[in-house]
Amino acid sequence: MEFLMAITIGVLFAAGTYLMLSRTLLRVLIGTCLVSHGTLLLLITMGKLKRGVGPILGGALDSAAYVDPLPQALILTAIVIGFGVTAFIIVLSYRAYQSLDSDDTNDFISAEERHGSQH
Amino acid sequence: MAASTNWVLSPQLIPWLTAILLIFTYRQLKLQRWLSAISVLLALANAIHLLALVRAEGVLVFWASNWVPPFGIIMVADTLSAIMVLMSAIIGAVVVFYSFRTIDEGRERHFYYFLIQMLLVGCNGAFITGDIFNLYVWFEILLLSSYVLLVLGSERGQLRETYKYVLLNVLASTFFLVGLGLLYGVAGTLNMADLAVKLPQVENQGLVTLIAVIFIVVFGSKAAIFPLYFWLPQSYTEPPAAVSALFGGLLTKVGVYCLIRTFTLIFVGDTEFTHTLLLILGIATMVFGGLGAIAQYNYKRILSYHIISQVGYMLMGLALNSVVSIAAAIYFMVHNIVVKSSLFLFAGVTEKITGTNELKQMGGLLHRYPWLGWGFFLGGISLAGVPPFSGFFAKYLMLQGAADISSYVAMFFTLAVGFLTLFSMMKIFIYCYWGAEKPVLAKAREINYLKMLPPALALVCLSIAMGVCAEAVIDLIMTAAAQLKDPSIYITAVLG
Repeated sequence: MEFLMAITIGVLFAAGTYLMLSRTLLRVLIGTCLVSHGTLLLLITMGKLKRGVGPILGGALDSAAYVDPLPQALILTAIVIGFGVTAFIIVLSYRAYQSLDSDDTNDFISAEERHGSQH
Repeated sequence: MAASTNWVLSPQLIPWLTAILLIFTYRQLKLQRWLSAISVLLALANAIHLLALVRAEGVLVFWASNWVPPFGIIMVADTLSAIMVLMSAIIGAVVVFYSFRTIDEGRERHFYYFLIQMLLVGCNGAFITGDIFNLYVWFEILLLSSYVLLVLGSERGQLRETYKYVLLNVLASTFFLVGLGLLYGVAGTLNMADLAVKLPQVENQGLVTLIAVIFIVVFGSKAAIFPLYFWLPQSYTEPPAAVSALFGGLLTKVGVYCLIRTFTLIFVGDTEFTHTLLLILGIATMVFGGLGAIAQYNYKRILSYHIISQVGYMLMGLALNSVVSIAAAIYFMVHNIVVKSSLFLFAGVTEKITGTNELKQMGGLLHRYPWLGWGFFLGGISLAGVPPFSGFFAKYLMLQGAADISSYVAMFFTLAVGFLTLFSMMKIFIYCYWGAEKPVLAKAREINYLKMLPPALALVCLSIAMGVCAEAVIDLIMTAAAQLKDPSIYITAVLG
């Protein structure tokens, strides 16, 4: 199972990196999402993949029976933060598209060069 | 084991509660200003109190929900944390007062003061936290506020630079999570003190070194070290000067603080490799930052390149890994926060007067604006390390630390890069303030520049005071460095 997860994470990272290196705003956005999803899978894999009971105190709690709850809490936090950041990037991309009239980051760079050559 | 005390939480609570009030009162501009002013002064008083408390009682710990460490989230204030909280309070106060005079109403009406308070929440949280996942959360809070502060106003250049800045930081945050995942996988804990205990027991030390390098990349991209500094010069040039000062003074130093914290406490197993890497990166950062500044003729961009160069010094101090050199790194950090912010504020006033950041279009401002010119001059030579300013003592400690372990390469670069700094500062001074007044500027609209200057001059005075009272400052910083160099103090305070 860990092996399969490792391959999945690798594929997500590779696809995400490929998309982030492209010039279109939307592709870059999807790329960041894929990479961050790969990271979340990595987190859950590091917390050991197994079935078990919830870690509730009281009763006879066998330390081997329950699943480590911490990675799940970490992932939940990371998902919430990732959600916020993605929402921000979407708005930023849209605003940049409106203002720069292009969804190609190459046009960002040429604007920069024009800016530089003025002086 | 130190008992839990709630004082440790106060540096976050003050800006946090203010931010909540500010978001509800965003229509009332006057109220916003008053609330911000009261809040930053309160935060300043509180930071001084916290530092005094840490000096008197040693390391302070706060247990969230009274979970005894290593369970639960903890906040820890040692001397370094308290110093950094004080610095963030000083810069917060200065920037807020400077903003009253310089920020346009459009920004003020769109949550400007709220964002500044949230940025301070994030910075203070990063300085105080004792849990490395919690550090990630504080980082995200300060990053999100910085994204919005950077893009606020939505000018063309701002959109472009923010896009780059956001993408780079999203990538760095992803690596942060990867590092955290691996760290939890090998050690089974995220409490920094507990990590320091458990990591040496890990069988696969090679993996620990790998994680250490991941964290160098993560914090290095926030601190703008070589070769991850490419985003900094332009993105710090675009926003208004108050925001540039806040970013240039505080934001990169959060990255440096995290490097110092993790590489004195957690990743001390393979210093042969990691600290040599840090030394090489530090020297490269110093040289490339310094050389980058020489090629520029944009006022704020020169200052931005010098942030990079100064971060290199801090990295070098950390890499040399002795009490004196770590003290030098901390002194550099404190000195740089003060001086660099003041220089950005001077740049902002100059921009208001001339309407440009290009040095070649300026000239002779000294005749009509003497306080501005000479204020910049004092800040500039302080940055270059001329006695009796704070910059001199930072370099002095660094040289002493390098000499103690006979690292002549480090000594050479410390002195050589100092000349580059002096050269750039004099370039700005000569082009912008010295010489005959440019005819274009004679027509420049009259503005009451004296009303904008007090925050910047206050910082220059602080730099002079830190130089004149160097003994007291060095004494404090030596305590902080000694605490860092002996991680057992921190570990005992947290775990008992």
